[in-house]
This record gives sequence, structure tokens and C-alpha cells, in this order.
Amino acid sequence: MNSATPTADAPLLEMQGIQKSFPGVHALSGVDLVLQKGEVLALLGENGAGKSTLIKILAGAHRADRGMMRISGDPVTLASPAAAISAGVGVIYQEFNLVPGLSSWENIFLGREEGSLFVRRTAERKRASEIFEQIGARIPIDAPCGQLSIAQQQMVEIAKALSQEVRIMVMDEPSAALTPQEVDKLFAVINRLRDRGIGIIYISHRLDEIARIADRVMVLRDGKYVADRLISDVTRSTMIEWMVGRTIDDEFPKRSVSIGDTRLQLKKLRREPSVRDVTLEIARGEIIGVTGLVGAGRTELARLVFGADPMEGGEVWLDGRRLKLHSPGDAIRAGICLLTEDRKHQGLVLGLSASANFALPNLAMLSTLGWVRHRQERDRFRHYVDTLKIRLSSPDQLAGHLSGGNQQKLVLSKWLEQNSEVIIFDEPTRGVDVGGKYEIYTLMNELARQGKAIMMISSELPEVLGMSDRIIVMHEGRITGTVDNVGDATQETLMDLAVG
Amino acid sequence: MSNESSLRSRLFADYGMFFVLAVLASLFSFLTYKEQHPTGSDAGRQVAEIVEESREGPLHVMIVARGTAEDREFTSAAREGLASNGVTVVAVVNGEPRDVRLEVERLSEDGQSVDLIVANDVASRWTVYDRIPELKMTPRVTPRPYYGADFLKSSNLIGVANQTAIYAIIAIGMTMVIVTAGIDLSVGSLVALAAVSSALFIRESGGVDASSAVVIAGVIGGILLCCLLGAFNGVMVTVFQLPPFIVTLAMMMMASGLAFRLSSGRSIAELPESFFALGGGRLMGVPNPVWLMVGLYVVGHILMSRTVLGRYIYAIGGNEEAARLSGVPVKRTLLAVYTVCGALAGLGGVVLASQLEAGDPKFGDKYELHVIAAVVVGGTSLMGGQGKVLGTLIGAFIIAVIKNGMNLTNVDPFNQKIVLGGVLLLGVLIDTMKRRPEILTRLFSQRG
Ligand SMILES: Nc1ncnc2c1ncn2[C@@H]1O[C@H](COP(=O)(O)OP(=O)(O)OP(=O)(O)O)[C@@H](O)[C@H]1O
Ligand SMILES: [Mg+2]
Repeated sequence: MNSATPTADAPLLEMQGIQKSFPGVHALSGVDLVLQKGEVLALLGENGAGKSTLIKILAGAHRADRGMMRISGDPVTLASPAAAISAGVGVIYQEFNLVPGLSSWENIFLGREEGSLFVRRTAERKRASEIFEQIGARIPIDAPCGQLSIAQQQMVEIAKALSQEVRIMVMDEPSAALTPQEVDKLFAVINRLRDRGIGIIYISHRLDEIARIADRVMVLRDGKYVADRLISDVTRSTMIEWMVGRTIDDEFPKRSVSIGDTRLQLKKLRREPSVRDVTLEIARGEIIGVTGLVGAGRTELARLVFGADPMEGGEVWLDGRRLKLHSPGDAIRAGICLLTEDRKHQGLVLGLSASANFALPNLAMLSTLGWVRHRQERDRFRHYVDTLKIRLSSPDQLAGHLSGGNQQKLVLSKWLEQNSEVIIFDEPTRGVDVGGKYEIYTLMNELARQGKAIMMISSELPEVLGMSDRIIVMHEGRITGTVDNVGDATQETLMDLAVG
Repeated sequence: MSNESSLRSRLFADYGMFFVLAVLASLFSFLTYKEQHPTGSDAGRQVAEIVEESREGPLHVMIVARGTAEDREFTSAAREGLASNGVTVVAVVNGEPRDVRLEVERLSEDGQSVDLIVANDVASRWTVYDRIPELKMTPRVTPRPYYGADFLKSSNLIGVANQTAIYAIIAIGMTMVIVTAGIDLSVGSLVALAAVSSALFIRESGGVDASSAVVIAGVIGGILLCCLLGAFNGVMVTVFQLPPFIVTLAMMMMASGLAFRLSSGRSIAELPESFFALGGGRLMGVPNPVWLMVGLYVVGHILMSRTVLGRYIYAIGGNEEAARLSGVPVKRTLLAVYTVCGALAGLGGVVLASQLEAGDPKFGDKYELHVIAAVVVGGTSLMGGQGKVLGTLIGAFIIAVIKNGMNLTNVDPFNQKIVLGGVLLLGVLIDTMKRRPEILTRLFSQRG
């Protein structure tokens, strides 16, 4: 391993001419990437541009068809995740890889248990809680990871990567599920890593974050290198132009809707400890933004309204009728749908084709007497592939083989087809690129114009401020604030309400 | 063009096991290729022609064969053919060498001589003729031998299909269960229970003289009982959320115990002919169970690939929570799947009882394992969410063909078991590597 070439001034990481194809897709065609010590490189690109594929190659999870990699000047072949870890590459994947039945600290040290025969449990547990302390995550340390919220799981993933001795840290959309506070903590961690000389590759679709944390940006489009600049030399609109290939002036499409009579009424909804006496009304054509810290009970509220969890008290009324919701099936029939935040576990059947996933809640409409009408299923799905610009090689491509953002669009398509009266979006643009967000917002406006009642749960404050007619802020299961006059609100107002 | 080739590659990916089956069939055809002797009525007609071709004047012929059904067909066809050609058949022997001697003694008492012996291959090689002075010089005529594969004889192929039919029928239900990421270990015991309970009902309602209405009621009753027990499995799995492995393991014990209790551990054989028609009868030369299997596979394939229920089954196996949140009636679907699996096991049991002309609590022993093996070899993943009904059919046939081929090539039964275990492992291995080729590339790239 000791090569004679001087490696002192070699970059920390060089990837050259990386190519990778999947059946029917050229995910990467000849991409170069250079990362220096103590640098944060932001990797940008549309959904399906190849970002995750590139870093999976670096992580040894995929093998490049062609190309080479050097770490500190030494050529490396990272044939397996284990090889990548021992080469000092730590990765936080876009999709989580936690064992649901194990606790957070067991997950963190999985595969690298301390002690030769017996696991040194107390040592591991202590070390884990130190890391959580360090990144400011409040996590029930012994709870099985399957019971943690998405944001908490994200923090566990971050802690897991931090627990390793890394020289290169890759983060694939780590902030997608986090609220601003948690993002701040994450950035503090990143800054500490940078000071220690660790090179960081940071992937995100949130451009304001990029401006805050990155030293340099690199943009991919359609699996090809587009540009690479210091952050001080680029503006937000050039980044967007590089990614999308055109300019987008206004990120939130304008809308003029008259808000009508009340449609959805929630009366003292309760399920301890996450939802406590929530009362809320949503009117015809109204978009209600729901925000709050992670663990505020927003998702749990949505699940109650959708019949996914049993209620302990309270009533749901729609158009003056009281609904009895025992299962999601009941809610769907009553005209309520929920776009879940966790697409991998709740949103999609990854082993089924994209079009079959699309059809799943809509089979009543897409079948006659129990027979699936394939032609119609295809046609309807095509419609959404076009409007949402879902990137796939064919409708038969497995949902699990779509890029993260495209999976999110697929989840959206299946619920939009439902044409429900009440639509609850839980983090609808999580992992979606700028262009895709715009399409989704346009669709939301269109739904509102048709007179639907819309509830949008989101941690992304610009989105909440940009899209909502009214904003509800939750804290520890209760509504702690309502903003009626959205035009006057700022991110700070919302944050103040969120901390209770 | 590219569409076509992608279709072909998909067919190969989906039904790659079909090629394995084809290769096995060719292999065993090759290994069992040898001299064949015609049998049955075809052979009888053929010898009559041979005799006619070389005949110069009147002949007194004696026809010899063994006492089996096939040999009787031979003798009667030969006698008819010869008689219609004007040849005098002086004697017909269906039996053992001893019977030839008795017959010749009778003939010589009557002063009757024999000019020609017509025999099938086996009977012509008896040594008895040399020890009877009257027959020492008599020429013998046999059907002409030809070359062919034992494996490909229609009687053998039909036999293979017939022996596979019951496993294959049960495997349809098992495929559905396994696609939902479940398992049903109770099918073997349900086979026994169905066989015993319908046989018992028929015996108690008339026995050998039971009317066909009773037979029909017994058959349906046996199936319904298993249907109910399957539904019970389903309720335990859905309503009480117990693991399918445990629920069906318990059912396996209980159903088997019940079958032994009902029958007091004895075989129930006092059954009417009409009951045997179901499993023993033929339609256009093909046994009824094979027709039943074909029909059920058509239905099963359509159900899984074209209907809403099929979609639900795959979705639940792939991601139960996502399916539930998409409004899929998860419990109802699972209940239906376990019920169907139980019912098909019941059907298998009744057909088996009809084939073997008895109801015995020892029927169906280890069937669950054979059936699961067929499903897995057919490419269905035990993780759920993936698998094809037609793949299962191919899997069942792969196992059956291997068993049959080994019997034909005289592989010792103990070795057969070893081979079958290996085949199961190999089947799953091939299938997994096909789905996840990166395992292989990684394996080799690390070594090399
Ligand atoms: N295992 C796979 N099989 C087939 N195609 C795949 C597979 N993984 C990725 N792809 C395809 O490769 C392309 C690049 O995907 P990738 O996940 O790298 O995109 P991304 O830039 O990370 O997008 P996003 O922002 O949505 O996460 C996509 O078109 C995707 O459909
Ligand atoms: Mg990605």
C-alpha cells in the first residue's frame, strides 16, 4: 500500500471516468469528481441524475462498469461496503439501512461490535449516547429503530457514520427529513468534521442549505458532469439552470382560489402521547400547512385521520357527515387519502413494478369484476409519468429501482389518481428536485382549485410559507399556534411557535 | 424488434426453469434410449400382419403371453387379427410357462398340431418350448423391436404427469401463500384428513353400494372440511396475528391426529367403483387428475396475473404496510389465500383417495415438503412478493422428471434422496443468481 509516488498534495479523493449502466438506463456516463481534504462538496442534480449511483460506487455498494478511483493518490477498488469502510469511506444513504428490531446503539455498531465473543454492551451504549449528545439528537436510545420517526432514524444513520473512523464522509440527502433546528445541528457536526480535515460529499435538493454549508458545488445532469464551481462563484439561479437546463423564476406558483365552506372537521382527536385533543377545520379549496419539530405529532395526526392507527377519542367529519374510520380502506372510500412520508416502508411495494404500485389504491377504478384492466392502468399511469416527469425506463421497472425523488413522484401519482376530497401530504417534496417541486406545487394548486381540502405536513419552512393559506404549528401533540395571515409570517415566527 | 427480444429475455427470466426442465427431459431421453419391444394391442395387430406376410397356406397358430392386462390386450388383438385373415388359432395362453405345457398336452390329446407360435417379446424368450418335444421345431413370431427412449413413451409421460398432478394442485395454493410471505405446513395432514373423512362418509353411507349422490357429497364434504381448516389458519394469522409457521405447524399435528382418530388408524377401503372414477378415470387417454391440474393452473395463473386479488397478494407479500396504507384489505386477502390453500389440499386428498381406492391417515406424509420444494424450485421467493404459478408447475415437473428419470435409470433410492436435496438447493441457487448477478461477480472478482 506504500506507493513511492508523493501523495502529500494528492487530492483526498479522485473518481475518474465513472460509468454505470442498469438494464435500460445509463445512470452514469464518464463522471469525474475530485474532493479535497477539509472540503464540503455539494453534489447537485435532478431526480435520477445519478447522484446516489455515484456515491454507491464510492461506497462499494455498486461496481462501476468503467472508471477508476484514488484515495490520497492510491488507486483503490472498492469491491464491497466493507472494503469502502476500511478505506475510510463513511456513507449516510438516502434510504435508511437500519434493522428495525434492533435499538439505535445496536444498529450503530452493527457489524463492528466491540469485544471478541460477547458484545460489550455498556461500552457501546455509552459511546452511542455520546455521539447523540454531540449531534444534539434526542433519541430513546433503547427503543427499536422501527419505532423511531423518520427524522430520528436519520439521526441514527448520521450517528452510525460518525462512529466510524472516516476520511471521506458521504451524505445522501441527510436533511430531507429534518426540521431547521436539526439541520443546524447537522451543520455544526459537518463543520467540526471539516475542521478535522475530513472531506465531505453532501447531496441535497435544498439549495439554501447548499449555500450555507458547501465550499464547492458540482452538478450532474442525465448521468453526465455539467459544472463544478466554488460556492462563492455561483448564484442560486445558475445552480438551478445547470440542474434543470432552464431557469425557474418563481419557485412557488401563484394561485388565486376562493376558499369556500368547511369540508374536513377534526374534533378533539386524541391518541396519547403523540396527538392530544387536536381540533382543526379545513375548507374547500384551502391548503393548510402543518409544521412543527420532529416528534410534534404531525404524522401521527395524519395517520389518525386516515384510519391507519386507532383513535382514542375524537371525531372526524367530512362535509357534515361523521366518518367511522377503522382502516385506511375506510378512509379511502370516504374520500380521504394520505401520502406517507416514508416511501420505502409505507409508500411503495418496492418489488412490484411502478405501474402496479400506481394502480394499488386505484384498482377499484381500474378493474371490472375483479379483473385488472391493464391497458387502462398503463394509460392512466402514462398521464402522470408525463405531468410529474417521472423518470423510468418503462412502467414495468421495479419501484425499488427508481431514484429516490422519482419514487416520491410515484407515490404522489398513485394518490392523485384517487381524486380524493381530502388529501393529506406528508412531506410531499422530500427528496424531489427543484423542477419536480414546482410540478407538485402546481398540482396542489390545481387540486385546491377543484375544491379539495388539502393538508400539507412539511418541515421545509419556505415551502410551508410559500404554499399554505393557513399554517398550523404543532408541539408535543397539540396545536400551539395558527398563522392566518401567511403573508406576514417568517420562518422565525414559525420556529418560535414550534418550540412551544 | 427490441420489444420482442426484451419479451424473450423476460420469458427467460420468468420461466428460466422451463429450460432446465427441457434439458432434464432431453438428458433422460438420451439415457433411456434403447431397444424397445412393442406391447399391448398395437403389438398384437403387428404380429398378425407379420404372419400374414409370410404365410403360404393354412396355419394352426398358438398365441402366448403373460397374464397381465397389457399382455391380454396383446393376445386378443393378435387373435382377432389372425382370425380375420383366416388363420386358425388353436390355442391362447395368458399365463406362465407351465400353462403352455398344459395347453400342448390338451392339444395333442385332441390330435391337434401347432405350426406356429405367436408370442410377445417376454413370452417368446421362455425356455419352456425347448423342453416340449412337440414345440421344439415350431417357429416363433414376435413383434418387431424398435429403438426409442423409455422416458418418452407416452405411458411413461402420462404416468409422470399423473403422479405429479396432486402435488402440483396443492402447490398452487402454496404458491399463493408463499407469495404473501407466509407458509402452510398443514397441507400434508389436510390431504390425509380429506381422504379419510370422505372415505369414511361414503363407507358409512352405503360403502361399496353407495350411490353417486353419496360419493359426490363425500367428495365435497372432504374438500369443505379442509377449506374450513384453511380458513381457521387464516383467522389465526390475520385476526390474532400469529406467525403462519406456528399456526400451520399446529394445524399439521391436529389434522393428522384427527385423521388417525376418525379412521382408528386403519385404511378405509370399502368404497364404490364410482368413487374411483375421479382419480382413476381417463378422458381422451389422459388421466382425470392431469386434466384437473391443467384446468386449475389456468385458473391460478389468471387469478395471480390478471385479477385484483392477485395484485393484492403480490402487494401484501412485497410490503404489507404499504399495501395496507394503500387501502388493500390485507386481512380479507390473507384469509382468502389460506382458505384456498386448505381447499386445494383437500381436493388433493380426495383425488389421492380415489386414485389409491382407499382413505388412509398415512396419506400425504411429507407432502408439505415436496410441495414447498416445487414452489421454491419454480422460482418463488420465500421472502414473499415474488413468484409465478406457472413457475411452480414447472418446479413440480422438474422434481417429478428427476425422480422418474432416476427410477428408469435404476438409481438406488437412497441416492435419489441425496440428488433431490441437491436439486432443490441448485434450483434456488440458480434462481437467486439470476435475480442478483452481482453476488457472482463479487465472488469471482474477489478471488481473481
Ligand atoms: N438498481 C437499479 N436498477 C435499475 N435502474 C436503477 C437502479 N438504481 C438506479 N437506477 C436508475 O439510475 C438512474 C440514476 O439513479 P440515482 O438513484 O443515482 O439518481 P439520483 O440522482 O440519486 O436521484 P434522486 O435525486 O431522485 O435521489 C435513475 O434513472 C434510476 O432509475
Ligand atoms: Mg438519490
